[in-house]
Amino acid sequence: MTDALALTWHQYRLERRMFWRNPSAAFFNFFLPLLFLGLFGAIFSGSQKNLDVIVPGIAGMSVMSTTFSALAMNLTFLREQGVLKRMRGTPLPSGAYLGGIAANAVTNAAIQVAIVVLAGRLFFGIGWPRDWIELVVFVAAGVVCLASLGVAYSHVIPNFDAAPAYVNIVFLPVIFISGVFYDASNAPQFLRDIAQALPLTHIIDGLSGALVNGKGLGDHLSDLLVIGLWALAGIRLATRGFSWDQRRA
Amino acid sequence: MSTAAPAILVRDLHKAYGDHEAVRGIDFEVAAGEVFGLLGPNGAGKTTTVEILEGYRTRTSGIVSVLGQDPRQRSRHLRERVGIVLQSSGIYRHIRVREAIEQWARFYPAPRDVDEVVAIVGLEEKADALARTLSGGQLRRLDLGLALIGDPELIFLDEPTTGFDPAARRAAWDTVRSLQDLGKTILLTTHYLDEAQALCDRVAIVKDGRILAVGPPAELGSGSSRYRVVWRDDAGELHERETENPTALLHQLTSAALARGDALRDLSVSRPTLEDIYLELTAGTEQEPARD
Repeated sequence: MTDALALTWHQYRLERRMFWRNPSAAFFNFFLPLLFLGLFGAIFSGSQKNLDVIVPGIAGMSVMSTTFSALAMNLTFLREQGVLKRMRGTPLPSGAYLGGIAANAVTNAAIQVAIVVLAGRLFFGIGWPRDWIELVVFVAAGVVCLASLGVAYSHVIPNFDAAPAYVNIVFLPVIFISGVFYDASNAPQFLRDIAQALPLTHIIDGLSGALVNGKGLGDHLSDLLVIGLWALAGIRLATRGFSWDQRRA
Repeated sequence: MSTAAPAILVRDLHKAYGDHEAVRGIDFEVAAGEVFGLLGPNGAGKTTTVEILEGYRTRTSGIVSVLGQDPRQRSRHLRERVGIVLQSSGIYRHIRVREAIEQWARFYPAPRDVDEVVAIVGLEEKADALARTLSGGQLRRLDLGLALIGDPELIFLDEPTTGFDPAARRAAWDTVRSLQDLGKTILLTTHYLDEAQALCDRVAIVKDGRILAVGPPAELGSGSSRYRVVWRDDAGELHERETENPTALLHQLTSAALARGDALRDLSVSRPTLEDIYLELTAGTEQEPARD
């Protein structure tokens, strides 16, 4: 068991080195949420009500892009390149390998959320988080949920060339209807219904409670329930359909 | 475990993909320390067979034993004793050669020395290079290095030199021979006849999911009972005759020639080479690009 943990740690360290060894990619990865905050901050300047919406919204978007989008793309790439198949032929336990990859995505999520929280404090008058525990709980729940959904989603992406299109067709509509950029309560009812069924809205609601309005965990139990159900579905689909080998289509 | 036990044992192996039967009853054994080749055209079932032995695919039926274990169980212990070079497999684009081999060394209980492995595969000068800057041949050598770092007893090489230039092939052959000298068991697939002849102790010729002939490369040719007699008549035309009884044929030919006053120029009697056997056995193979 300690051996498997040590191997997971080594795999995680390798993934981190690989991430930083592509510095421009790493820079844009962390710059994107800041850019969005800057743009929408400029558009909404003077309206604290709107700023109160976009800071937790962009924190939620960051969790989704670093886990769901990144894992769906990475796994498609690793599968197509034959890296997964190669690893499968070594004694490295599958769990240690995939754990290292997932932990790498989780680290990026944590760094991006930290950047957003810091920017909220420094530039957008949000102050420090009202409830740190709630922040950690919702980031953790969001990461588990969206990471497993990203792995599951990689199963349906046929090849890496198709991956950006497949990821964006989910990512972009979901962030628009989930209230990342504006208060979605003015949206038409059917869009709100769809958004309520998806996990990102509930992750952002929880983050909003933690960062802005101070409503505690007790007010967000139904949000956690929805996120948890999606996480269970995601974990089940991620493990069931997992393929180490590129489909030979 | 007895040392006399074969490293690989395959009995009546079948593998079907839906309606398509890729492997249709294959039997062979590989002794410890032997270099065994599966030789055949593309689509013959070589890679399917090897990937069943490697634990990547499950068989439809038959018995398979690799180092005394069933690869279907995918035991970690077995993977520690086996090195795999796949036909094509990727690697992190931004990993350095030495770094990759060091990382892989952690997977194994008793790895070889990293620098030693870098030297065996001839990548000393590229030890600090990123994988994405390597040539195709250098990447192939890195593949081999990653397969060797765990000091495996058994090494699978799936078409190890496909796409190599002649010099790179010779270098790869030397590496395989050095592994044999270390006592490693090697199962390789190839569609190059000269490669099978140069490297293998024994060769199985595979076609359409079956083994057509198996034996040492030299004997596969001479084991045939047929002889080929070639001569040129007075008009300069080349004649070729195959026979199981060269004495009788030669007697007949020479008597007739003497009677006519012919010379039977360029007369030769030869055994068919492995190439003749291979071409004959694999003639008329339907092209099946899908699975090897």
